[in-house]
Amino acid sequence: MDLVLFLTFALIAVACGLNMALQRHPVSSALSLIGVMVSLAVLYVLLGAEFIAAAQLVVYSGAIMVLFLFVIMLLNAGAEKLTKKAGTAHFLGLPLLLILLGLSSWVITTATSHAKPVKFGAFTAGGPREVGWELFTHYVLPFEVTSILILIAIAGAYRLANKEMD
Amino acid sequence: MYSLFPPEFFQLSVPLAAYLILSAILFTIGVATFLFRRSIITVFMAIELMLNAVNLTFVTFSNHFGKVDGQIFSFFVMVVAAAEAAVGLAIILMVFRNRATLQIDDFDTLKN
Amino acid sequence: MDYLLVSLIKMAIIAPALLATLAYIVWVERKVIAHVQLRVGPYFVGPHGLLQPIADAIKLLTKEDFIPSGVNHFFYWAAPWLGLMFAVTGIAVIPLGPVVNIFGVETNLGLADLNIGLLWILGLAGMGVYGIALAGWSSNNKYALLGAMRSAAQMISYELPMALALAAPLLMSNSLNLREVVNTQAGFVLGFVPNWNLFTGFQIVGFVVYMICAFAETNRIPFDLPEAENELVAGFHSEYSSMKFAAFFMAEYCNMVIVCSVATALYLGGWHPIVPPTIAQFVPSLVFGGAAALLFFHGMNPGRPTDRYSFPVFGAIMGGLAVLFLLPGIGPILNHLFWFLGKVGFLLFFFIWVRATLPRFRYDQLMKIAWLFLFPVALLNLVLTAAGVTLFSK
Repeated sequence: MDLVLFLTFALIAVACGLNMALQRHPVSSALSLIGVMVSLAVLYVLLGAEFIAAAQLVVYSGAIMVLFLFVIMLLNAGAEKLTKKAGTAHFLGLPLLLILLGLSSWVITTATSHAKPVKFGAFTAGGPREVGWELFTHYVLPFEVTSILILIAIAGAYRLANKEMD
Repeated sequence: MYSLFPPEFFQLSVPLAAYLILSAILFTIGVATFLFRRSIITVFMAIELMLNAVNLTFVTFSNHFGKVDGQIFSFFVMVVAAAEAAVGLAIILMVFRNRATLQIDDFDTLKN
Repeated sequence: MDYLLVSLIKMAIIAPALLATLAYIVWVERKVIAHVQLRVGPYFVGPHGLLQPIADAIKLLTKEDFIPSGVNHFFYWAAPWLGLMFAVTGIAVIPLGPVVNIFGVETNLGLADLNIGLLWILGLAGMGVYGIALAGWSSNNKYALLGAMRSAAQMISYELPMALALAAPLLMSNSLNLREVVNTQAGFVLGFVPNWNLFTGFQIVGFVVYMICAFAETNRIPFDLPEAENELVAGFHSEYSSMKFAAFFMAEYCNMVIVCSVATALYLGGWHPIVPPTIAQFVPSLVFGGAAALLFFHGMNPGRPTDRYSFPVFGAIMGGLAVLFLLPGIGPILNHLFWFLGKVGFLLFFFIWVRATLPRFRYDQLMKIAWLFLFPVALLNLVLTAAGVTLFSK
């Protein structure tokens, strides 16, 4: 049953990713990205990381992507116009990217050939209690530093977006 | 429906490489979108896709080694991505106010 | 496979019950608002208007389903169903009762027992914004877009004080699992005061903040400017007709049920009774028996002619329910359901009462309340609760 679930949601994630890459209108791309994030949340649950799955739903697809959609709707971004300026990049770049993907897949497969497979239910330390414990004992300094980072981001975003048009 | 597959199919578990290769595929799609698309919002969304692919790798390794540290790192990646999305979108808003377009080919005032 | 079968049976019971409840909440709302305004409400379709929701459903299904020109077809079609899907999925984690033994099967009353139950509901509240934002944007109508943007901004702004208000009872129960949160509210203090988070947990401020945020999250009056009929045509659903319009309203009422259920589980003690258990097992029978007696009495000397026939029938139904609660096998199980659904019903009645009473806020007043009043109060409540738990826990 793990394999069926993994294959289903991996295919959904890749399909939504390709849809995001190929759609012309930013709203369609944004919704495809939300599809990727939701299927990744399911994969996190399969990996036993239930808190991170919930955080992915709440933070990424529930807040960040809403912000993206807001900005797209506010700016009234229309469908993208095709341009001929990136011809060389298209010609060279796509084969090179596929070579990169093939190389990394080969490295991954050979390096993990003796690793034990992932079984659903094998990892039970992904609940909020365990994550919270680690977060507040060993990782409390990065935690506080990221909270200051968020404060800086709030102040910066407010100042940038508030500037009047000259 | 169950008879189409042999019963062992439902006891199979997923190899570790499968998750990592999925992450590599998503990352490559993100890089391709980042390099080839012309609208700045789509480029920004590709960055978020790349961050998600890396999150998947972290969580996979956290499961593999049995420790929760990979998930902690993934949590921090999410927080930083949220902060970066907020500031980046504010910058995009400002750029739109000044140039009235979202095509990155038109942001060329510093050229020559 | 056994777990799967039991889950399927529970789904087969809960899903139709939920849909019937959504239809009849509309009836209750129309009747309550009508009586507050000293009129009668739906009366002619069936006895006392009880078949009115069915008539409305038939009307909505047979209405012409027009699609305005220039809309984005996929998003216009998908938005109401997205909103409805995210709303209905939240019902899965609501704990209707403890682990019980029905006919030899040991199962919990409620569909799923997630360790992250509360985060699931918060996530779905965040995803519910998409249905509204997409509906407004795809409608090719500036009033719809304006209403949708306002509604999405309102829902996001009020998610923050709501999450902070929800975090305070979690400090006292140490778990995100809604069933665990209800379990820590068992028992009675001083013999008669129930050990709910509202009373002995001193979470009255948190409860008030949460209820105000719940009104805003579900776009109900006094926070329903985004769908106001007088200001914005009809806000984000102005270009929708027939079944898609019905889907938006079902999503709104389903969201109401979910926020009331979460308030019941976190603040009002879930399925625990308000009176000590010796009296509590007879309360449902007394309530339904009293209702039956009242209906029979008014059936004898009716104020309206058709009541002579309909009231005794309802009285018999209520009497049957009263007897059902006294049966030894399923009596205790129904008792848990009675208390939980009774509290949820009381909160829903409160929602409807507020709708009949208060005017709506202006949009800038609405945002000011969220950011300048509710957010500091919820934060202060969280800090004080944390201090209390640290100092007074054993």
